[in-house]
Amino acid sequence: MKNGFLVFLASLIALGGSWCGFVLAPVLQLGGGKQTTILNSTDLYPVGRPGMANQGLQVYRANGCAACHTEQIQQSGVTCDVVLTSAGKSPLAVTNAISSLKLNNIDKVAADAAVDAITAAGGKAEIHIIATGPDITRGWGRRRSVVEDFLYDDPVQLGSLRIGPDLADVGTSRPDANWQLVHLFAPQSVVTDSAMPPFRYLFHVQRINGEPSPDALVFPKGFGPRAGYEVVPTPQAQELVAYLLSLHTDVPLHDAPFTQPLVVSKP
Amino acid sequence: MPDSPDLKIDRSCCVPLLALFGGATLWLGVSSVLGLLASIKFHAPDFLANCAWLTYGRLQPAADDALLYGFCLPAGLGVALWLLARLSQTPLHGAVIPVFAANLWHLGVLVGLVAILIGDSTGFAWLEFPRGGSVPIFFAYLLLALWAMMIFAGRRERALYPSQWFLVAALFWFPWIYSTANLFLVAWPVRGVVQAVIGWWFANNLLVVWTGLVGLGVAFYFLPKFTGRPLQTHYLALFAFWTFILFATWCGIPPGAPVPAWLPALSAVAAALLIVPLLAVGIVGWRTVWGSIKSKWDNGPFCFVGFGVDCFCLSGLMLMAMACPKISLVTQFTWFGSAETQLRLYGFFAMTMFGAVYYLLPRAVGIEFPFPKLARVHFWLSLAGIALLILPLAIGGVIQGLKLQNPDVAFADITKAMLPFLRISTTGLLFLLLGNLLFFVNVMGLTLHWKVALLKKFIAFVKSPMDETSACTSLRRDKGVQA
Repeated sequence: MKNGFLVFLASLIALGGSWCGFVLAPVLQLGGGKQTTILNSTDLYPVGRPGMANQGLQVYRANGCAACHTEQIQQSGVTCDVVLTSAGKSPLAVTNAISSLKLNNIDKVAADAAVDAITAAGGKAEIHIIATGPDITRGWGRRRSVVEDFLYDDPVQLGSLRIGPDLADVGTSRPDANWQLVHLFAPQSVVTDSAMPPFRYLFHVQRINGEPSPDALVFPKGFGPRAGYEVVPTPQAQELVAYLLSLHTDVPLHDAPFTQPLVVSKP
Repeated sequence: MPDSPDLKIDRSCCVPLLALFGGATLWLGVSSVLGLLASIKFHAPDFLANCAWLTYGRLQPAADDALLYGFCLPAGLGVALWLLARLSQTPLHGAVIPVFAANLWHLGVLVGLVAILIGDSTGFAWLEFPRGGSVPIFFAYLLLALWAMMIFAGRRERALYPSQWFLVAALFWFPWIYSTANLFLVAWPVRGVVQAVIGWWFANNLLVVWTGLVGLGVAFYFLPKFTGRPLQTHYLALFAFWTFILFATWCGIPPGAPVPAWLPALSAVAAALLIVPLLAVGIVGWRTVWGSIKSKWDNGPFCFVGFGVDCFCLSGLMLMAMACPKISLVTQFTWFGSAETQLRLYGFFAMTMFGAVYYLLPRAVGIEFPFPKLARVHFWLSLAGIALLILPLAIGGVIQGLKLQNPDVAFADITKAMLPFLRISTTGLLFLLLGNLLFFVNVMGLTLHWKVALLKKFIAFVKSPMDETSACTSLRRDKGVQA
């Protein structure tokens, strides 16, 4: 390589290649991302976060929460349970059919075979899909995180280090706004040995004048401000909690299926 | 020999180098202080908790960016300028522009760091500077790269030395990746996880490829110089160059990311192929240094550069491990990744730059460092600091990963189990801070001597009876401005 132009060309080929692969191609493939339908439903997913939660994402970004928290559930696989829904006209035949079958914690092929056997005996059964993996066992989410979960986020805050727990589904696992606020103000009061720094600058400690504020935090026993004072969240703290409560991965999707435990009928 | 060509070239770079290295040294100290403050929070979460500016999530990115944009990039650019001038046997003309660019750069870093601390970060790792910081540093880089390319274009010999391939490619790399990342993530943000993909692509190309190109370019110049043996061999170095830019640029998408599976799969393949350039670099370094190791360990700059190349290979192996899907199950989301990045930035890049600066700055300015013996102390402090920072984070990261994979271990217990490792790493940061202070003292002392000498010359010139031509040229030469 005697010519400076060749160096330039080499760089152009190498970097241009990866630019096409990791910038252009993802933009083309995913940039026009659309909503998808929820599994076994016609509802669309995701719907955008409410305005306050969107502002909360900016509080999350400004305070660098992603330095310690990820928002990506990992999943190692799926397992299936076969659930008998009807014994049909000949319960004895169905009982005989399932007595030799393993119905829990099996793979999809075995589950299909079991359903076939039960159907042949005149019964009815359905397959429940359960996502597996340490994150899911920890209760951090129901399924792995997928592309659709982040469709309306800007900036997308995936994070890369779990100094604190994953937050992708924290709106499902910790739905109590007061708990979230207290945890932000004094993490160690609700999570013993938490390494999270307190975010007291997102709150006002003020003297109670007459009626206590309706927004004031309710602390567990032994914590909280001294008598006559109350802790009130700033709008930023409320937005941040609105964002945290809007984090869910509790919706089954085509590329990340699971079966809801029981269909909750909403009035 | 006051007028030997090398001396003329060295002096022509003097003022731009002082401007680049002076600010870089300052930012290095700032980065160490911010990093130490952030690290203390693990042991005392209440520490400085009432100040929004100093919350962990702002301190840590600020410390990282102060190291990368404050120190690594300007130091690398300064060394590249000097090296290209030396290798091209061409002095730097119009020094005022690179000096301006250096100051613009440092201004951009200042704006960017303040922006992160007041909560104006963009929220993308390694790209946190908002427009007020990113636009100045982008144009400052363009100016510096333009000047470096002018030197390169004016070279005396058409044939290129391997270092020139690495450095010229690096000059070209940064504007492309930095503009892409800022346009697609900040100016006109793309939708959803594509942001994360472009963020990973950018961070990998800056942290792995850019630093690799500059650091190896510098090492391939200095290793032969210090050992007195020619580079073994040019062809192998060329092979390392090609394979490195072809494979390394495709790394960076972590396995398990919530993106289409072909993206991390491609990265994993590229990372596995990275073994080829790593081996090539290892062989080049080993064969160039072999046989002269013992005699050279008392040479300060050599220690820095040699250690840097070792760290390059080691951090490359760590990168390969993290990209392997099976190993990544354990290492993902743990301190292991931080250990790899810190090893690359501190152990490899910063150490190589320290060695280069200790060698070239006294030559460029024509003044010795005020405390040359402190360079060795700096080396040993950095060595201890890096070992105490990286080893606990890497080992702790693996333990953390194994515990995260076992859902029976409560999360609070994982946090507790990490504390001893984090304590050691805080000690490591303290060592690094001390070492960096010594570097600061030496560079600032030298700059001060240079300013005092300049002032004395100026006073002598004003007072002296009129023999203007000679005084004038000598003053101009010392200011690095071509007469």
